[in-house]
Amino acid sequence: MHIPDGYLSPSTCALLYGTAIPFWYTAFARVKRLMNTRLVPLLAVASAFCFVIMMFNVPLPGGTTGHAVGVGAATVVLGPWASMLSVSIALLIQAVFFGDGGITTFGANSFNMAIVGSLVAHFTYRAVAGRTAVTSSRRVIAAALAGYTAINVAALLTAFELGIQPLFFKDASGAPLYAPYALHIAIPAMMLGHLTFAGLAELFVAGGVVAYLQRTNPALLGQRSAAGAKEDASPAAASGWKTTRPLWIRLALLMLLTPLGILAAGTAWGEWEAKDFSDAQMRRQITAASGQVAPPSEQPRGLARLSSLWSAPFPKYAPPFVHHPAFGYVMSAMFGCGLILGFFLFMGWMIGKRGSVDSGTSP
Amino acid sequence: MTRAGKNSRGVVERSLASFVDALEHAFYAEELAKKNGLLQKLDPRVKIVAILPLIVIAALARRLWVIAVLFALAVAIALLSSVPLGTLARRVWLGVLTFTGFISFPALFLTPGPAISSLPLLGWTVTAQGLRAAIYLIMRAETAATFSVLLVLCTPWSNVLKALRVLRLPVVLVVVLGMTYRYIFLLLRNAHDMFTSRKSRIVGRLDGPEQRRAATASVGVLMSKTIQLSGDVYLAMRSRGFQGEVYVLDEFRTNWFDWAMLALFITVAFLAFWFGR
Repeated sequence: MHIPDGYLSPSTCALLYGTAIPFWYTAFARVKRLMNTRLVPLLAVASAFCFVIMMFNVPLPGGTTGHAVGVGAATVVLGPWASMLSVSIALLIQAVFFGDGGITTFGANSFNMAIVGSLVAHFTYRAVAGRTAVTSSRRVIAAALAGYTAINVAALLTAFELGIQPLFFKDASGAPLYAPYALHIAIPAMMLGHLTFAGLAELFVAGGVVAYLQRTNPALLGQRSAAGAKEDASPAAASGWKTTRPLWIRLALLMLLTPLGILAAGTAWGEWEAKDFSDAQMRRQITAASGQVAPPSEQPRGLARLSSLWSAPFPKYAPPFVHHPAFGYVMSAMFGCGLILGFFLFMGWMIGKRGSVDSGTSP
Repeated sequence: MTRAGKNSRGVVERSLASFVDALEHAFYAEELAKKNGLLQKLDPRVKIVAILPLIVIAALARRLWVIAVLFALAVAIALLSSVPLGTLARRVWLGVLTFTGFISFPALFLTPGPAISSLPLLGWTVTAQGLRAAIYLIMRAETAATFSVLLVLCTPWSNVLKALRVLRLPVVLVVVLGMTYRYIFLLLRNAHDMFTSRKSRIVGRLDGPEQRRAATASVGVLMSKTIQLSGDVYLAMRSRGFQGEVYVLDEFRTNWFDWAMLALFITVAFLAFWFGR
């Protein structure tokens, strides 16, 4: 699960660092707001705990043993935000000091295990545990399922990241430059081990810890307000998540579907370039797509003149410095979404400012 | 993540061995960091700025010979920094070779391309692209791991952390990392004591579910201790006047040797980037 250096291309690593940073920032801001001056000791000791439990050997059925990441247990006790930070810090120390997991791939490992792992564990735990009492046996099952689901989703993400490498990154002879297995091999290979054995280690640790704490220290299971999310009953309300949830879900879905564009063949109707009119193959495509009506034999003069007026920063959806068009396509989609979000945030800010000025000046 | 172990040591012994390994690794690094070698002489900030690009370029290079040259450079730096090659081989190269070799072995046969050889009995064909893919993966992983281990083995951990500020890491994060490292040893010792005391009370072998209960109960105890500890540490910090702001002493000073080595490393990194495109 800890991806070492050299398995992912630097561009994939950069993208995953970029994806992880907003989560780290939000988590840090939220935990700091709740914990105030307690932030430093809490994060330090909780990260040390996450590091140490990664070294525990958990006996599994069939006489094997496994190591758990502990993200399920950490999320249940600390809350998703503090867990995200603690597991990330533990992973950083593992990578830098003990060479377990790479430095370039630290963003990817944190994204898979700490960030997505904590969020998946949190939502699974809340969904299954519901409003049951802290000492309810349903909470044990909820924690166990949270750990199991979190680690399997993290494994699936890892497999996906490894599996897209040979698709995008090959040398001149066609040999894969990084992880060599395509998705159809990487996903079953990774998931087989995690759905059966490695997932069980996480399941036992998360379920076992909650069962133990219910017997000995149930207050700790209600500690989340002190250690992680302030009021667990409605973290959504505090973040404004509930009100904007449909918007974010749709945006996430659209961003996830972006790679479909890479698979589409041909050119979109009406999005031809001036030089396409003189290319025989493109002319055939245009004729076929236009109900067998042949395009004009020369490029329209107006089109030729206007097309030279503006050149896009990311021509063909790929910035000039990115050599692989498919990767550039995904990058452009992310950049585009960022620009649109930025624009709307700016507009919201302007409108809010005007509103406050208006209300301030009104009698 | 799993390991077969029906007939090998019990789970308590194996966890104990992991804790001792971690402690041993840390003490060994402290010892090496005190030696008088090339990397030990350099300012920690210079080391980070010089070595991180080499790790990234080892991952970027699209030519095998460039990665091989970077690996040779890592070995040369290790020799100049009094890091015994036997230690590197045992602690880094063998582990990476076993893990990555195991991962990349099927790629020899599964990667499409012209066949260059076949296994005698099974008749599986090794493709040229498969061989190149396996070599890329192993060499990249070995080179990057060697550089990152060298960076850490030749610098006291507290200095690595302080030097991380050169990458614009917030001070509070540097302090948290430093404290985490310190409390890892405390919790490792706690876990070690817990497992040792349990081991001393066990006669015979525990069955699977009992072992599992013991392991998860230990995690639970450690979790309770962790929360208790964070409260104690906070009170200790408050009683010494901590009000939320953290400061780090920057006592590093660079000299001409640091700058000369930095220029050399950056030049090598640039050349490797240029030829590895």
